[in-house]
Amino acid sequence: MSRLAERDPVPTRKAYGAALVELGETHEDVVALDADLAVSTQSIDFGKRFPERFFNVGTAEANMMSMACGLATTGKVPYASTFAIFATGRAYDQVRLGIAHNELKIRVCASHGGLSLGEDGASHQMIEDIALMRAMPKMQVVVPADYNQAYRAVIDSYEWEGPMYMRFGRPATPFVYDEVPETLGGGVDVLREGSDISIFACGHMVWRALEAAEMLARDQEVEAEVVNVAVIKPLDSEAVLGSLARTGVAVTAEEHRKVGGLADAVRGVAAEQYPVPIFAVGVGDRFGLSGTGEAVMERFGLTAEGIADTVRQALALKPVVKHAPPVLDGADE
Amino acid sequence: MTKSRKVPHLAPVENIPAQGLERRPRSVPGRPPSIAELERYATVLRIDCVRMLAVAKSGHLDSSLSAADIVAALYYRVLRHDAKRPDWPRRDRFVLSKGHAAPIQYAALARHGYFPHEDLMGLRKLDAHLQGHPDMTRTPGIEVSTGSLGQGLSMSLGIALGLRLDKVHDAHVFALLSDGDCQEGQTWEAAMASAHFGVSNLTAIIDYNHLQTDGTTEEVMDLKDVRKKFDAFEWDATEIDGHDMTEIVEALEWSRTRAQPAAIVCRTKKGRGVSVMEDQTGFHGKPPSPEQAEEALSELEAKLAEQTRALGISR
Repeated sequence: MSRLAERDPVPTRKAYGAALVELGETHEDVVALDADLAVSTQSIDFGKRFPERFFNVGTAEANMMSMACGLATTGKVPYASTFAIFATGRAYDQVRLGIAHNELKIRVCASHGGLSLGEDGASHQMIEDIALMRAMPKMQVVVPADYNQAYRAVIDSYEWEGPMYMRFGRPATPFVYDEVPETLGGGVDVLREGSDISIFACGHMVWRALEAAEMLARDQEVEAEVVNVAVIKPLDSEAVLGSLARTGVAVTAEEHRKVGGLADAVRGVAAEQYPVPIFAVGVGDRFGLSGTGEAVMERFGLTAEGIADTVRQALALKPVVKHAPPVLDGADE
Repeated sequence: MTKSRKVPHLAPVENIPAQGLERRPRSVPGRPPSIAELERYATVLRIDCVRMLAVAKSGHLDSSLSAADIVAALYYRVLRHDAKRPDWPRRDRFVLSKGHAAPIQYAALARHGYFPHEDLMGLRKLDAHLQGHPDMTRTPGIEVSTGSLGQGLSMSLGIALGLRLDKVHDAHVFALLSDGDCQEGQTWEAAMASAHFGVSNLTAIIDYNHLQTDGTTEEVMDLKDVRKKFDAFEWDATEIDGHDMTEIVEALEWSRTRAQPAAIVCRTKKGRGVSVMEDQTGFHGKPPSPEQAEEALSELEAKLAEQTRALGISR
């Protein structure tokens, strides 16, 4: 029952580039900015199609984010792209005051999130961007799982109000969705049902979570529920609690530090409303390093095997804690 | 020792009579205020600032006073704006990159009717809309939130490009920068980008008063010749006396006519108009004591009376 479609993998950043062109065609107020990485982030196609609405600012990310702010005050809808490290690290203050504080409809579109960009190493491997953007008041955080969902997220982002951070990746990524979904919905999507454990994953870890679930079913008769959390903020807590209520134990998987990201988002909801064991797959207190994307991911345990191992650890704790199911809003009496 | 009497800044705010000139935006046909009238308005704004800071007991008075003449020239004569239509698409934009000088902009906005004048006394108070630094989400007439130095010129460039895309060719963007703004690298990113994108609807006004929090700019981080720097970035740059109203107005109007982005480096004095503060270190970010406020107000009100008399305006 694998949902991994049998198609050649494609990077999520390609979806950004393609969807941005579509937005440009349908909405005259869409403008795009980039900081000398338009070929990598894929904003280049928009730039070629709409040169008058495209601003390549050179390697000046702070300037780019504040320019996006200025453009938005004139009614434009800016999509500002660069690598995740520069979008959230270098330009944090500019994103914070100019974009988030002002609640402007600006999309900070970061490619090359996480470790899987590989060879460029620690200086470029952004593993705390989700934490930074989650902590920032008013900022919405979206991490699509594959090309199709990324395409939908970019198209839908035009309709969302307020500031948004979107994270895309460098490597070709297997398809999780057979086609572009009709909607991003609440951003929490059960891809595989299971009653033994929940695996909450985002971005590049979603297809790995699906593989892990297949392995667990095959080798250990463990039925894992795989939940793709594409919208990490605002988190659809009802959907998260619903899954936790079905399984009573969970693992999170993200290409990010274990603090501040998906793990903390899920744990935050659970701790207050349905405390169950939640184990995290992610990056510990360390920086990345050079190597192929796959090799680096493997070194950090960000693999299907890594998720499956953590699932086994979590399951060992499952019987320890028992709760009445959480009361969900709108649930039948 | 002089015994302290009731501090006048707590008295009701004076309504400055100005024979109907008070709330006339440039967009309304009529005689623009004369240089002498603009100088008087600058005093009015300075008085507002001293009162606001004395009540708020917090804020940057000396930085506000430094920019008072520039801000008066902008709001009373140069900017095309209309308080009744703060979202008018064709308005000129003013961005206070040196956001800590918010009181001077608040005074100008209040005097033009963007919000009630009594709101000024709520500066920096909980639940008042006048935040410590300009906040576009709370205060009418604020184009964009600032306060973190170095961002205002980039924001202004974004606005200038947005206006160009909309083919609003008669609206101009004026950004007011401080010494500190020019120490931030981002300002030079914006300077480079403004020339690159060839915006002709952008003016950077540099309030170069040579004083910053920790001392003089020469001691802390010498900006040297700021006009030359903008020149080097291929802006049309000029340098003027930032307290000479004729030079200010001429330079601002000149900057509208340039094919390139324009920079006006203004030689200014921090705390201008209040003798104890003028060109003195140690006042940055410090509100005046009641005694200092009283002294400042006496001085400024005497000046206002003199300017009012000279203009033949009856009070």
